[in-house]
Amino acid sequence: MTGSAIAANGLRKAYGDKVVLDGVDLAVDEGTIFSLLGPNGAGKTTVVRILSTLVGADAGDLRVGGHDLAADPQAVRAAIGVTGQFSAVDGLITGEENMLLMADLHHLPRREGRRVAAELLEKFDLADAAKKPASTYSGGMKRRLDIAMTLVGDPRIIFLDEPTTGLDPRSRHTMWGIIRELVDGGVTVFLTTQYLEEADQLAHRIAVLHDGRIAAEGTAEELKRIVPGGHVRLRFTDPSAYRSAAAVLTVAAPDDAALTLSLPSGGSQRELRAVLDLLDSAGVEADELTVHTPDLDDVFFALTEGATVPAPSKEAVR
Amino acid sequence: MSAPQTLSLALRDSSTMGRRNLLHARRYPSLTLNLLLTPVMLLLLFVYVFGDVMSAGMGGGGRSAYVAYLVPGLLLMTVGSTAVGTAVSVSMDMTEGIVARFRTMAIHRGSVLVGHVVGSVLKAVLSVVVVGLVAVAIGFRSTDATALEWLAAFGLLVLFATALTWIAVGMGLGAPNAEAASNNATPLILLPLLSSAFVPVDGMPGWFRPVAEYQPFTPAIETLRGLLLGSEIGNDGWLAVAWCVALVVLGYLWSTASFARDPK
Repeated sequence: MTGSAIAANGLRKAYGDKVVLDGVDLAVDEGTIFSLLGPNGAGKTTVVRILSTLVGADAGDLRVGGHDLAADPQAVRAAIGVTGQFSAVDGLITGEENMLLMADLHHLPRREGRRVAAELLEKFDLADAAKKPASTYSGGMKRRLDIAMTLVGDPRIIFLDEPTTGLDPRSRHTMWGIIRELVDGGVTVFLTTQYLEEADQLAHRIAVLHDGRIAAEGTAEELKRIVPGGHVRLRFTDPSAYRSAAAVLTVAAPDDAALTLSLPSGGSQRELRAVLDLLDSAGVEADELTVHTPDLDDVFFALTEGATVPAPSKEAVR
Repeated sequence: MSAPQTLSLALRDSSTMGRRNLLHARRYPSLTLNLLLTPVMLLLLFVYVFGDVMSAGMGGGGRSAYVAYLVPGLLLMTVGSTAVGTAVSVSMDMTEGIVARFRTMAIHRGSVLVGHVVGSVLKAVLSVVVVGLVAVAIGFRSTDATALEWLAAFGLLVLFATALTWIAVGMGLGAPNAEAASNNATPLILLPLLSSAFVPVDGMPGWFRPVAEYQPFTPAIETLRGLLLGSEIGNDGWLAVAWCVALVVLGYLWSTASFARDPK
């Protein structure tokens, strides 16, 4: 890692009166996967559109691939590849023709263009469909063709705007494999997603975008430390057992309606035994015991509260 | 980047985009063919249904004389009709994700538009050839024209097609959707009806003559007539070229400025 592939300082963008990005700062190291998380409408796509030179920023010091976005957008374009949220393939021509179009636009010699196109079509499992119009492809195939087209120019920095939205689980896992392989080859990936699991699985660093600002940034582990630690939840069916347990477990947060008790816990064997010992001493038995460790969902809801529908089960924790 | 490098990049990317455009036309010829229907139908209608009446009103000569009068105008109308197709296909293309991809690539900015223009001008020339063949089949002859006049006629058609196509690209870029693009481009079909394509300007009511005279189709039609049939060209040649050059410049500036704006 020799430096920042992508750096933004004070990125601002407003559409009319509506401020979409209100001073976003980010830095992405070369050869890493950076994931931008955020609820719908948070401005993730706007960040990608600006950093990929599609639209201009109102303010901010922005550098991609070492080039200033405002001063030399063509140099930035030469370094990047973009796969947007909406498929960027030409549906009227075949998959192969799409690939050759990209090869021509990257000024590859004819022979090399054909070779690269054939290799990528093979790699992305599109060789059989190469001669069919792209408009007849399934969603997963279109997305694979889209990425394959992005790779023709061998870009060092790739923007993927919600690359797995709308894909079935198998296609999603295929896409994850593709992304990991890219980074193994030294490519920097800027990924937006609304799937927290995706960020957790793939990203070296994660930033949460909320209200036009970065609400938090760090590794998945660092972000999980932001929210209160894990907890153990005990569920009872017998109200009297529930009351007896609540009497001994004074630190637990009770939920009288659901007959559940939640108590903070790191989930270690020692901590669990302590809880069980207390229950035994009171002579009660819980009908169900579950251990929760904080996940990115908790972080996400904690940071973007009010912007999304909060999950009721998480509310009981706090 | 130096100027020659920029030019070579522009040429290379534009020809790539032109090939893409022609590939579309080859895969989906129906749009191009539909646009040919109007001029061919008008040609047959005016020759076989109105032909005798029209020629009687224009000093005789019968149907064959009217075929000769009508064909130059219809050839240029064919160009206008193709340009409507350009406006629609540009507008449709701009909604495609692939154009957003082009904008993020290190290619010549204007090549997307130039590609449309190159493809459309070639389509217009092909359409003119088809309508011309129909005209020859129903009796149009241009035996007096020299090779140089044929060349000039061809040059005029290409120049006129380039002019209308650049305007149509601007109309397509300015339209929010394909329907609006088609509406925007309607004048390109209406103007020839208001020109000297079907009847001489002398035969029109006095108040209407300026409408027919001060528009690009009439001088272009009169020039083409002069080149193919040997009638008087006079100032119309220069007027036609001036109109074309002005429309190319206007259309180019308008289109590139629209395309340079941030997409929605």
